[in-house]
Amino acid sequence: MTQQGTHQGPYYYVPSPSYWPLVGALALLLLASGAVLWVNSYSPGPLVVFAGFAVLIFMMAGWFRTVIRESEGGLYNKRVDSSFRWAMSWFIFSEVMFFSAFFGALFYARVLSVPDLASVESQMLWPDFSAIWPNAGPGFKGNFSPMEAMGIPAINTLLLLSSGATLTWAHWGLLKNQRTQLTLGLILTIVLGLIFIGLQAYEYSHAYSAMNLKLTTGIYGTTFYMLTGFHGLHVTIGVTMLIVMLFRVLAGHFKPDHHFAFEGVAWYWHFVDVVWLILFVVVYWL
Amino acid sequence: MTKQAPWTGVPRLAVLWTLALLSGVAQAAYDLNFQAPASKLARDVYDMHIWMMWVCLAIFVIVFSAMFYSIIKHRKSLGGTPATFHENTQIEILWTVIPFIILVIMVWPVTVTLLNMRDSSNPDLTIKATGYQWKWGYDYLKGEGEGIKFMSVLSTPQEQIHNLAPKGPNYLLEVDNHLVVPVNKKVRILTTANDVIHAWYVPSLAVKQDAVPGFIRDAWFKADREGIFRGQCAELCGKDHGYMPIVVEVVSQEKYAAWVGEQKKKMAASSEEPGKVWALADLVKRGEGVYGQNCVACHQANGKGIPSVFPALDGSKIATGNKAEHIKMVVNGKPGTAMAAFGKQLSDTDLAAVIVYERNSWGNKTGEAIQPSEIKAAR
Amino acid sequence: MEATAMGHADSHGHGHQPTGLMRWMTTTNHKDIGTMYLWFSFAMFIVGGCMAMTIRAELFQPGLQLLEPERFNQMTTLHGLIMVFGAIMPAFVGFANWMIPMQIGAADMAFGRLNNWSFWLLIPASILLVTSLFVPGGAPAAGWTLYPPLSVQLGMGMDLAIFAVHILGISSILGSINIITTILNLRAPGMTMMKLPMFAWTWLITAFLIIAVMPVFAGAVTMLLTDRHFGTTFFSASGGGDPVLFQHVFWFFGHPEVYIVILPGFGVVSQVISAFSRKPLFGYASMVYATASIAILSFFVWGHHMYTVGMPVTGQLYFMYATMLIAIPTGVKVFNWISTMWRGALTFETPMLFSLGFIFLFTMGGFSGLVLAMTPVDVQMQDTYYVVAHFHYTMVAGALFSAFAGAYYWLPKWTGHMYDETLGKIHFWLTMIFFNMTFFVQHFLGLAGMPRRIPDYALQFAEFNKISSIGAFGLGLSQLLFLYVVIKCIKGGPKAEAKSWDGATGLEWDLPSPAPYHTWETQPLVK
Ligand code: HEA
Ligand code: HEA
Ligand code: HEC
Ligand code: CUA
Ligand SMILES: [Cu+2]
Repeated sequence: MTQQGTHQGPYYYVPSPSYWPLVGALALLLLASGAVLWVNSYSPGPLVVFAGFAVLIFMMAGWFRTVIRESEGGLYNKRVDSSFRWAMSWFIFSEVMFFSAFFGALFYARVLSVPDLASVESQMLWPDFSAIWPNAGPGFKGNFSPMEAMGIPAINTLLLLSSGATLTWAHWGLLKNQRTQLTLGLILTIVLGLIFIGLQAYEYSHAYSAMNLKLTTGIYGTTFYMLTGFHGLHVTIGVTMLIVMLFRVLAGHFKPDHHFAFEGVAWYWHFVDVVWLILFVVVYWL
Repeated sequence: MTKQAPWTGVPRLAVLWTLALLSGVAQAAYDLNFQAPASKLARDVYDMHIWMMWVCLAIFVIVFSAMFYSIIKHRKSLGGTPATFHENTQIEILWTVIPFIILVIMVWPVTVTLLNMRDSSNPDLTIKATGYQWKWGYDYLKGEGEGIKFMSVLSTPQEQIHNLAPKGPNYLLEVDNHLVVPVNKKVRILTTANDVIHAWYVPSLAVKQDAVPGFIRDAWFKADREGIFRGQCAELCGKDHGYMPIVVEVVSQEKYAAWVGEQKKKMAASSEEPGKVWALADLVKRGEGVYGQNCVACHQANGKGIPSVFPALDGSKIATGNKAEHIKMVVNGKPGTAMAAFGKQLSDTDLAAVIVYERNSWGNKTGEAIQPSEIKAAR
Repeated sequence: MEATAMGHADSHGHGHQPTGLMRWMTTTNHKDIGTMYLWFSFAMFIVGGCMAMTIRAELFQPGLQLLEPERFNQMTTLHGLIMVFGAIMPAFVGFANWMIPMQIGAADMAFGRLNNWSFWLLIPASILLVTSLFVPGGAPAAGWTLYPPLSVQLGMGMDLAIFAVHILGISSILGSINIITTILNLRAPGMTMMKLPMFAWTWLITAFLIIAVMPVFAGAVTMLLTDRHFGTTFFSASGGGDPVLFQHVFWFFGHPEVYIVILPGFGVVSQVISAFSRKPLFGYASMVYATASIAILSFFVWGHHMYTVGMPVTGQLYFMYATMLIAIPTGVKVFNWISTMWRGALTFETPMLFSLGFIFLFTMGGFSGLVLAMTPVDVQMQDTYYVVAHFHYTMVAGALFSAFAGAYYWLPKWTGHMYDETLGKIHFWLTMIFFNMTFFVQHFLGLAGMPRRIPDYALQFAEFNKISSIGAFGLGLSQLLFLYVVIKCIKGGPKAEAKSWDGATGLEWDLPSPAPYHTWETQPLVK
């Protein structure tokens, strides 16, 4: 659209050289090698990981700042905007597939491996094991209490569902250029998200201290914590992005017809929401 | 052109060399197909493979005669102008449907054989095969010979592997104790493993079944001729994956009965009198044998292990320190590492012996004996 | 630094480019990035190839000569990982970067910076993989399939591989998002989907596959990581998990992965055959549908790698039938290629030779795949050298040959010079001969029962192994010739015309050779 003064093609914005990708690659190198050292108990591990995080945050701040300036500077036309839309959709699709690996593991344990371990032949290896769910496997000694669906998980479900609504309400505000509605909706969403994270943290600590339900509690603990943990991680990322959006809104960014960053975050948030619904049903309820 | 010479020369040499090599070993036995089948099922699979090959070959010849015809006749140097056609729905439907029909014809006999292959009901003899790193353990569970159990370990000497001695005819395919089974009896093999996944594979009997730790899987065979059939572990299971063969000896009913009698006698003789007190020297001597069978693969004969993969026992804190710790390590192993729980594999006496051996060999000189009763108490 | 970068974006775009090393490190240009991908891939091909040479040298004769068994397993594992993720996949991403914008009439890829990041992420990943050779305990030694519990036992080399896979995953997912977006959103006016060059089509579908399955692989290795270090029991029976679970997750990724490796190659070959037959591609539409069917089917057949793990017979039957179906769309492709040649005006320059070699040998690999798909037969062959032969026929004679075809085909466009045709042909024939010498005999080894992933073997396998090893050394050395041809072509040679091949079609041939740094700054109109 408004690309006067550049040598770019009139129809698409091609960014000029940037060193952020290189910084990003360095960040991941540090993160990965630090993590390897850490899990193998070599002393510099944590240090390297934190260095990696620092570089990563530096990279994201710098990279996003560049993008935001370009966007606010009017360099992105409709074509660029629809590129972002495609990209965000496919990114979310890749996240769906990531979660499906873990849901698949849960399904497999419940439908295949646990019953198989209790089959007639398996009696030879695991006498008196029976396939009831929740189950921590034939080698697990001790007791644990499984998670109940009602109580905190149900409250969390309500929280996330209403946060989806408040976010949509905020979006309507943006479309109608009612900035107060937009700001208010965003703040509400963020608060709901934070309460969700807080409740989940409480739930974890309660499970560890009072229910003897740990990550190491056989396949039940394993799938429970990995699924809810990855979901929690995504909620945290989502809240962080919402907070960034809030700052941008306060800085006066976004127009009713040009606000893909906001929409992308909203899509992400709804995706996290849907994952939770599935989690609630298959992890807590059934 | 001169620049090419070095590059083309070397491969040409290689070709010539290969040709020479080929003619030199022309008499050597080349196996171009499956090993000779020793059961009906194996023969079915053999025949099925041949028939598959013919079908594929026929399609291959038809398809590629078209291609080569075109390569020869439709070259530009022959001066033709290229045609411009680029679509023909009829022919496209045709070459979607015909392959489908071929596939259906192909898969019918396969389905029948597969159903037969997986039907392990009503066996005459049931044997459990347990994969260990890196040997097989056999338990005769049901049928004649019930109760027999033994380990089966590679018997090829290390010198042959390290090219210090000429290799025997059954190099890497020989074990100390054969799995002996009667001819014409349906033998069901239950597989499982102790540490990682192994696979029980005997080509002539068309059996390959993964042995998954913590699970029981099954396969069966019914050998229809006597003989010795050799196979190998067929799932990567660590360092010595290439060194855990399987040898099945199929014998006549009479010979089998005799073998069972002999095994029973041996087992009775070797069952230890409980509470016997052993002398240090006897323990070390027995321990050396146990060590050679169970531990050398990792910790090495000189007790030095393999740096940062398998720890040295020579001078190790555990093997020279508190004996309770040492016993615990060997009996329970260390989960998540290659160090298995040998309490499940070895008798109290063998455990005592091997521990004593480790505490009194190489540079380790604790000088103390450990009695089987102590192991029993520690379990 | 930052200020200058911003200055550029704000004022005059790519007015003054950084030069020297900085140009490559900061570039957002699809041609630069494509070039880096291609060189990276060749470097990894050499690394992985040297590992293959080590394997073949050890297997030259029975007994242990060069390597301890543990090292041998590390070589096999790294060879597989590096060839698949370091050599073949980046090679085709390199082609995609170079050619797709030129083919569809776009100024560049949709996201220039992201594109550069996808490339630079390969560097940490390959550093991690190669470093693993030198850490205590050595490189991962559980095969490229990383099956637990063996992979749970191994030392920290395994962790390096796990994180390398994560980073590779990020890289290829981002790269694929970029490719899909570019194709869907940046086509020139008039370039409808059904006018896309075949190469762009196959990449579109490949990118979809990558986005669908790389995250699943990342999930699998994440579970492996937590099993190794945090006490989870996904893959441990005593905790209610199952080692076989990993195999399901892995192969749900792994089978589509093999089509990720081959589909772009199908695209290259389709274009090359049509160019040197001087005839339009036969059955364009059915080619597109066939590619899509292969991709869709590939999600439903993973169990054919697991016939021997002890799944119920119904599972085996299902996976057998589903797997066999893939022969049909693949057959359609083969028939279409041959019909394209039919009554054309054929010439046999190096790209065409490699494409013909591809069709011939890939079909053999496909047929051995079909034989493997038959459960009872596979039970005899699973984890033997028959499988090794099968997948080198599909991946070396398939993917690698098509990469060579593409490289020769587009070299004039990239460098502005014609490569040395005689040397190219010699490269083809040497590769063809030694390839078959190396891998054809492995079918017999497998039939006779030689397991894969073993450093030492019984005496009856000695002859064929010797032949295979000699072939492998020849095959490896022949690749030096390729390097020489490429360098020679970059340095000079007969000037290439815009349309370097008289039968070639497509927008890329409307551009001068070498293609200027920026192309299609105004989009062409496709009639
Ligand atoms: C580029 C890679 C690639 C490709 C394209 C393929 C293609 C196919 N593969 Fe292969 N495969 C691998 C790479 C590949 N594979 C790898 C890497 C492994 C081993 C992994 C490991 O364990 O490490 C493997 C292993 C593997 C196995 C498991 C073996 C085992 O471990 O026991 C099986 C079993 O079904 C199989 C089958 C097939 C089939 C049916 C096809 C089909 O797509 C082939 C279809 C093509 C044709 C059939 C030829 C052309 C068709 C015609 C001319 C039409 C007419 C034909 C008929 C009517 C029959 N493959
Ligand atoms: C696309 C992928 C790809 C490619 C291109 C190759 C290429 C080659 N592969 Fe690979 N291979 C795999 C993918 C691939 N492989 C996979 C996935 C496995 C399974 C791993 C596992 O079991 O986990 C495997 C396993 C495998 C095995 C089985 C190992 C085992 O089971 O223990 C063997 C053995 O012969 C082998 C050989 C070769 C050879 C000789 C080449 C040759 O084509 C290589 C030729 C190239 C070069 C040599 C490099 C370039 C040349 C030079 C640098 C010149 C200098 C050369 C000399 C010193 C001679 N491969
Ligand atoms: C498959 C390989 C393997 C075999 C076979 C094996 N071990 Fe081990 N062993 C290991 C590994 C790996 C460790 C290190 C475990 C760890 O990480 O602490 C170990 C540790 C030990 C230790 C402790 C050493 C130390 O100082 O930490 C002792 C003692 C030991 N093994 C005894 C034995 C005995 C006795 C046998 C045979 C009966 C045996 N091992 C067989 C792999 C093996
Ligand atoms: Cu046991 Cu391989
Ligand atoms: Cu497959």
